[in-house]
Amino acid sequence: MSSPSFQQLTLNGLWKNNPALVQLLGLCPLLAVTASTVNALGLAAATLFVLIVSNTAVSVIRTIVSDTIRLPVFVMIIAAAVTVTELLMQAYSYELYQILGIFLPLITTNCIILGRADAFARKNAVPVALYDGFIMGVGFGAVLVLLGAIRELLGTGALFADMQLLFGPSAAAWRWQVFAVDYPFLVAILPPGAFLVTGCLIALKNQIDTSLERRAQAKAAAPVAGSKRVRVTGSIS
Amino acid sequence: MKWLASIGLSGTVLALFAAVTSIAIGWTYLSTEEQIEVAIRRAEAQQLLEIFPIGTHDNELVDDTFSIASNTALLGLREMRQGYRVRLSGRTVGVIIPTTARDGYSGDIRALVGIRRDGSVAGVRVVAHRETPGLGDKVELRKSAWVLGFNDRSLSNPALNSWSVKKEGGAFDQFTGATVTPMAVILATRRALEYATLNADTLFESAGDPS
Repeated sequence: MSSPSFQQLTLNGLWKNNPALVQLLGLCPLLAVTASTVNALGLAAATLFVLIVSNTAVSVIRTIVSDTIRLPVFVMIIAAAVTVTELLMQAYSYELYQILGIFLPLITTNCIILGRADAFARKNAVPVALYDGFIMGVGFGAVLVLLGAIRELLGTGALFADMQLLFGPSAAAWRWQVFAVDYPFLVAILPPGAFLVTGCLIALKNQIDTSLERRAQAKAAAPVAGSKRVRVTGSIS
Repeated sequence: MKWLASIGLSGTVLALFAAVTSIAIGWTYLSTEEQIEVAIRRAEAQQLLEIFPIGTHDNELVDDTFSIASNTALLGLREMRQGYRVRLSGRTVGVIIPTTARDGYSGDIRALVGIRRDGSVAGVRVVAHRETPGLGDKVELRKSAWVLGFNDRSLSNPALNSWSVKKEGGAFDQFTGATVTPMAVILATRRALEYATLNADTLFESAGDPS
């Protein structure tokens, strides 16, 4: 099977085979850490980094690892990548490290990473595997951030609170109180709300897909105007 | 015996990878060790400085600690914790006491209570809790200014029996929809003040103090 093109990879990673909305992988951190945009962004960045590193590493060693031991080796690589990410975050972004808490080491168990390593990276060359890791990470991250923004907006009425945890003290001013709430829509920032909003996003994506397909079908089936063949044989009385 | 050789090979490759990944982790650990230590200290110091800001003392709060055993009456600590001394020109002008409220709505609420030499509260900060987001979590300064209402309070302001929520005849606000959480913090603060009064001699090292 020839290697997929970068365009195909991009379309797959972002839409057709989106890890969160289509493959439905990595839902545990997705639901738990997206109560605010900054948390979601932090986890998205960490997951993206690990995906790139692990896909690249797996692709590099794909010829020297036999099938029998490939899974333990992949898990070791992923665990090492996650531990390194954790240490770096603890050193340079301590408050965010505290907020992400246990979900940072749990990235190791995120099925997207092992899934891409086994399904793709070990069968493809390094540049392709690297890009796949990148675009899958971006696709996952996009859903994370979208979810985080929606839940933060519904649950607190504000957006981009606490951005200084990622971008330094000046980012504290990015907080935008979109509407004031005395009684916030609490469900949005609690776990049930995460399920509800994710479900809505999946439904929305499926709806978009269906209407795009319908439109494509209608276009293919519609006859060009004026092309109906005039009957020229047989008797006309 | 080909299978033996193949198992041997697999084992060797696995061991090799284990070695490489361990080295990578170890190297990162050693490179970031110092920076992590700095980050942890800075986070801890920041919390302490909120209670006793820079002008009020001249010692490094994070370093000036004393231990408090876990079974100490009044403080409810689950394990041994550190208290901090606040000094100005060598004299202890305040202490920061860790306290745990075991009667929180969803479990323990850990807080730091800053108490001045004259028995008044310099500040209370909740450092760990599992209270309901949007309801009980208003005890966090990030979520509301409620906890600033403890500043300058003491065991005579309000009177001992007014250390309660307004709904029950006390002097402190409750949160709409949450009474258990603020009550837990109020009582924990009162108990910390009582602890400081009982142990004033050792805490403030005021034995033999001419004042």
